[in-house]
Amino acid sequence: MATRLQPARHNQLVLDCPLPLDSGAAVASPAIAYEAYGRLNDARDNAILICHALTMDQYVASTHPVTGKPGWWAKVVRPGGVIDTDRYHVICANVIGSCMGSSGPASDDPGSGQPYAMRFPVVTIGDMVRAQAMLLDRLGIARLHAVVGGSMGGMQALAWAAHYPDRVDRALIIASAARHSAQNIAFHEVGRQAIMADPNWRGGDYYASGEPPTKGLAVARMAAHITYLSEAGLTEKFGRQLQDREAKTFGFDADFQVESYLRHQGISFVDRFDANSYLYITRAMDYFDLGDPHGGRLADAFRQSPVRFGLVSFDSDWLYPTAESRRIVQALHAAGAQASFVELSSPFGHDAFLLDSPELWRLISGFIEAGR
Amino acid sequence: MTASEPARLRPDLALIAAQVPPGARVLDVGCGDGTLMAALRDGRNADVRGLEIDPANVAAAMERGLAVVQGDANRDLADYPAGGFDYAILSQTLQTTERPDRIVDELLRIAPRAFVSFPNFAHWRVRLALMWGGRMPVTRLLPVAWYETPNIHHVTVSDFRDLLRSRGIAVERAWFLSGDRPASDAAASWRAEHAIFLISRK
Repeated sequence: MATRLQPARHNQLVLDCPLPLDSGAAVASPAIAYEAYGRLNDARDNAILICHALTMDQYVASTHPVTGKPGWWAKVVRPGGVIDTDRYHVICANVIGSCMGSSGPASDDPGSGQPYAMRFPVVTIGDMVRAQAMLLDRLGIARLHAVVGGSMGGMQALAWAAHYPDRVDRALIIASAARHSAQNIAFHEVGRQAIMADPNWRGGDYYASGEPPTKGLAVARMAAHITYLSEAGLTEKFGRQLQDREAKTFGFDADFQVESYLRHQGISFVDRFDANSYLYITRAMDYFDLGDPHGGRLADAFRQSPVRFGLVSFDSDWLYPTAESRRIVQALHAAGAQASFVELSSPFGHDAFLLDSPELWRLISGFIEAGR
Repeated sequence: MTASEPARLRPDLALIAAQVPPGARVLDVGCGDGTLMAALRDGRNADVRGLEIDPANVAAAMERGLAVVQGDANRDLADYPAGGFDYAILSQTLQTTERPDRIVDELLRIAPRAFVSFPNFAHWRVRLALMWGGRMPVTRLLPVAWYETPNIHHVTVSDFRDLLRSRGIAVERAWFLSGDRPASDAAASWRAEHAIFLISRK
C-alpha cells in the first residue's frame, strides 16, 4: 500500500475465521496487530488488556516503529511500574479499522488485491472489542485481571465489561463516556469533512496515487487537538505569545505560538496515521452508545455485573466531562455493580490522562492491585 | 481477617463495625478515606461501598481497593436504587447536610436499616459554653469555630428522637458515648458527647 505512512513491521496475528461486525458485515480473515509485555503466569490469571485511544496504537510501552518515540504510556507500563510488567502480562492490540497492522481501510481487500479504502465495512467499538476477544482466544487468555483504557480506550473497557462480564475481573475507565455526545459527534464531523474536502482524498482511493489527503488530515488533527486541551492549559502554555518574532507580521503566517504548535501537531500526525482510518475510527466512536440497545437504559447494559468498575475524570476535560462519568456511575449503582469514581483536578483537559500524573498513577495501581 | 482492625477505629466507628453482621451489603455515606469500610471488608467480610465528597479522600480509599464514589450526599444519594443495601451508615455527617430530615429518609430508602451518629449538641459542655460563656461551643467533637464549621444543623439527642418520631422511624438501638466510653441512656441527653442510632422503618 502506497501511503505516506512508512512501512513498518508489526507483530500481528491473522485470524482464520471471519470477524462478524455489528453492521451485519464481516471482515473475512482479519489481521490483529498487538504488543505484549511481561509473562503470562501458569494460572493465566495475570493478563491486563490496555485499550488505546483514537490516534494511539498498540505501542503502549515500546518504541513506535514510525516515529521512533517511546510508547505512549511507557512510564506507566514497565517493569516495577504502575502497571508492573514483572508481575502482569500486558497486551495492547491495534483496533480494527486502524492502520498499525490491524485490518482497516488501508489493508488489501483479499477479493480485489487492492486496498479496501471506503469499501472496508464500518466498524464499531463493539467490533473492536470482539476482535480483541478473538485475539485473546487465540492467545489462550480466557479471563482478564483488568481491562484499562482512556478516552476511546475507556469506551472499549466499558464495552468489554458489558459484553464479556465473565471474562473481566475489573475495568478501569479513564476520561471517557458511555456514549458520544452531539458535541463529540460534531467535532468528529468537522475532521471528517476536512479530510473529504481535500482533493487528494479521491473518495478514499488515494493509496495508489502516492498523494494522500495530508492537508485534510492535518486540519482534522488540529481541530481535534484543541478539544484535547483546555482553555486554561492553552493560555498557560502559549498565551498570546508570538512565534520566533518580535511583532505581528500583518499576514497569515503562524504568528502566534499556538498556531505554530497546532500546525506542527497536524503535520507530524499525517506521517503516522491513515486518513481513511481516521474516518472509520471517529465513526466508530460516534456510533458508540452502550445504552442504545437497552432502550436508552444504560444500567441494563450492566445488570448484576460481577465486574469491578473504576472511573476517573478530569475537571478540565470538556470533551468527556465529569458528567459523563457520573452518568456511568449512576447506571452502575442502579445495576447493583461495584463502582469507584473520582474526579481528579488537572489544568490539562482531556489529555491529562496521558500526562505525568502521580495522582492518577496511584489510583491505577491501587485499583489493579486491590484484592490481589 | 484482622480482628484487631476495629480496635484502631474511632470509638463510634468501632461500635458500628461490631454491629454489622458478616457479609452484609453496606453503604457508608461520608466514608472519608475508607477506614470503616476497610474494617467492615476485612473484619466482617462485608460488601461495602462508599460515598465521599472530598476527592483526596476518595483517591485514598480507591488506593486501598475500596469501591468509593466521589459525590455529595445532599444530591447523589438519589442515584442509589431502593433497597440496594442491608445497612446505610452516616457517621458524623448528619449535622453537615443541607436537609438532615431528607437524608434520613434517603438512607432508609436505600437500606432497611441505617446507623446514624452525630455529636450531641445538648452535651453538658456545650450547654455550659452557651449558658455561662454566651458563645457557640468549641469542644473536642465540635472543634471548629462557628464561622467555619461545616456543622450547619446542630442537633441534640432529643431533637433527633423527635425527628424520628415525626417521620414514623423506629429506633432499634441507641448507643451513647462520653469521653469515648459508653454513657447510660437515662442521662444521654446531657451526658452523651456522641450518639449512635440504629434506625429502621416502622
